[in-house]
Amino acid sequence: MGYFTGFKVTLRQMWKPRVTVKYPEQKRPKPVRFHGRHVLNRYEDGMEKCIGCELCAGVCPARCIHVRGRDNPPDAPVSPGERYGFVYEINYLRCIHCDLCVEACPTEAITESKLFEFSFTSRQDAIYTRAELLVSEDGAPQQLPWEDWRPGDDHDTSAWMRATSPSGSAAEEGIVHWSGERGYGVRAPEQGQAPAAVPAGSRLVGRGALTEPAPSTPAAVAAGLEPDGDGGSSGPLTPEDGALQ
Amino acid sequence: MFLASAGDPLFVDGINFAVALAVIIKVVLAFAFLLVSVLMMIWFERKIISDMQNRVGPDRAGPWGILQSLADGTKLFFKEDLLPDRADKRIFRLAPYLSAVPAFLSFAIVPIGGTITFGHYTTELQVADPPIGILFLLAMSAVAVYGVMLAGWSSGSKYPLLGSVRASAQMVSYEAALGLAVAAVVLYTGDLSTRAIVTGQEGLLRHILPSWNVFRLGFVPFFVFLIASTAELNRPPFDLVEAEQELVGGFHTEYSSIRFALFFLAEFMNTITMSAIVVTLFLGGPDGPGFHFLRWLWPILWFLGKTLVLLFVQVWLRGTLPRLRYDQLMDLGWKVLIPGSLVWLLILGGMLISFKWGLIVLGISVLFGAALIRARSLGAQRVGEVGS
Repeated sequence: MGYFTGFKVTLRQMWKPRVTVKYPEQKRPKPVRFHGRHVLNRYEDGMEKCIGCELCAGVCPARCIHVRGRDNPPDAPVSPGERYGFVYEINYLRCIHCDLCVEACPTEAITESKLFEFSFTSRQDAIYTRAELLVSEDGAPQQLPWEDWRPGDDHDTSAWMRATSPSGSAAEEGIVHWSGERGYGVRAPEQGQAPAAVPAGSRLVGRGALTEPAPSTPAAVAAGLEPDGDGGSSGPLTPEDGALQ
Repeated sequence: MFLASAGDPLFVDGINFAVALAVIIKVVLAFAFLLVSVLMMIWFERKIISDMQNRVGPDRAGPWGILQSLADGTKLFFKEDLLPDRADKRIFRLAPYLSAVPAFLSFAIVPIGGTITFGHYTTELQVADPPIGILFLLAMSAVAVYGVMLAGWSSGSKYPLLGSVRASAQMVSYEAALGLAVAAVVLYTGDLSTRAIVTGQEGLLRHILPSWNVFRLGFVPFFVFLIASTAELNRPPFDLVEAEQELVGGFHTEYSSIRFALFFLAEFMNTITMSAIVVTLFLGGPDGPGFHFLRWLWPILWFLGKTLVLLFVQVWLRGTLPRLRYDQLMDLGWKVLIPGSLVWLLILGGMLISFKWGLIVLGISVLFGAALIRARSLGAQRVGEVGS
């Protein structure tokens, strides 16, 4: 009766739970390092971070960024540096959300938010100008009429920076290397891997450190500050040891 | 008798106002019922299939997506109607109607209930009860072949042509098996009229089973008819006429807009009609236990319930079985269904004369079958020797 086992299978599947997420009403949670539309950040005092260096425009593989810098007016400076981004435009008909502009930016001025649902209906709307990209006075991204922001989408607007350690050195992971943001202050480093994925005794990186230097430097471990940092290795750890683990 | 046959659209007893009114009401009701049930059927099929595939299915238009087919139909009405340059224009325009009209017509002979009385007029709950009865169904399904065939032929394109060649071969092949299964029913009932077939199935068989043809004829004609009608309808797993993957839709590749909608209307209407015909021929039609109140309603509910079960079976087949290859299709039709139903028809005929004759025919059939299998195995051996 092998012919009929297939019929049993299809009948059984009818009672199984659905995997479909009913999209516009329900949404899957987005990954922390999701690449959405950009925002231009401000310092905590409200100054713009962009200095108009055009590095983002230079690195952009889709050539969708157009930046022009200008000297800060001496009496009312826009950014703390010498120059500021006078013109800043991103063409979202071309942008591929590769995040290279974020990597290139020396002042963390441009970062990517979690927003990807923006259904503009004209080319003018597709080209976001500096006024539209800039976060508002309280640091939240602006919502344009054609954008569908949901609660939480506007929080982790600069997650990528906080996820990777500078120069790829694991010893510096969890150490804050970035400036504060308007409305959020200095953001906490991204937590490390999920605990289950970390071998015992190697939990010395990126755990629980907020703005203070994490107790993950070799000196800290040697001083016995790390609660369970004596797992496999005795004696002072070198950065290479940390990298191995 | 005049009153009993009032509303007969064949006007065998003359025509007067009441008859004409009854006919018009019945035709309009049947038409509306069919259209609505086609909309429901499409929705039902999509929902069940999506359930079997762990999906949600249409759920945007109306509650549970029940208006999805209506939305699709409205959309199709407003689409541009394309006429290919190399098409045979007149036949291209004619083909969808050749497909849709027989689908409407064949439902006319299905009895969906008992009789109903309005004032002085008693009428049967079926549009028409012609004496040729079930032959009308075979004629209509033969006309439907032309719809598919001419659609592919007149498109002036290769995929529709291939699809229509397959269609004509498939539908003609399975029509034979379909006819033989019907012949078994007709042989037992002794009447072609669908009403007579239905009334002949009332009562009990050996006091336990309902005396439906599916039990009386020994299941084989029922399954032959089920398989052959699925093939006749070009439904999965016999849908290699459309074969989206190979023929990009087959015979209706070049059709768009309302003409395309007509083909799909016809397909789903045929599915409903064939399920209703199976209920009529083998499952006793509107037969079933009733109650004393609302005496006219129970047969209709029984009929609808049985049809719904068969429609679910059709969807279930679609959800389970992969499409047959062309040679498998022809093997099944010519080497299994037709000989099987022919032999079964012979045995039934013998049994109708007397039990002794039935056994004799059965013995001869078994003997011939054994000889055939022996000959086939010998032939296969011979081929193997030659091959090695």
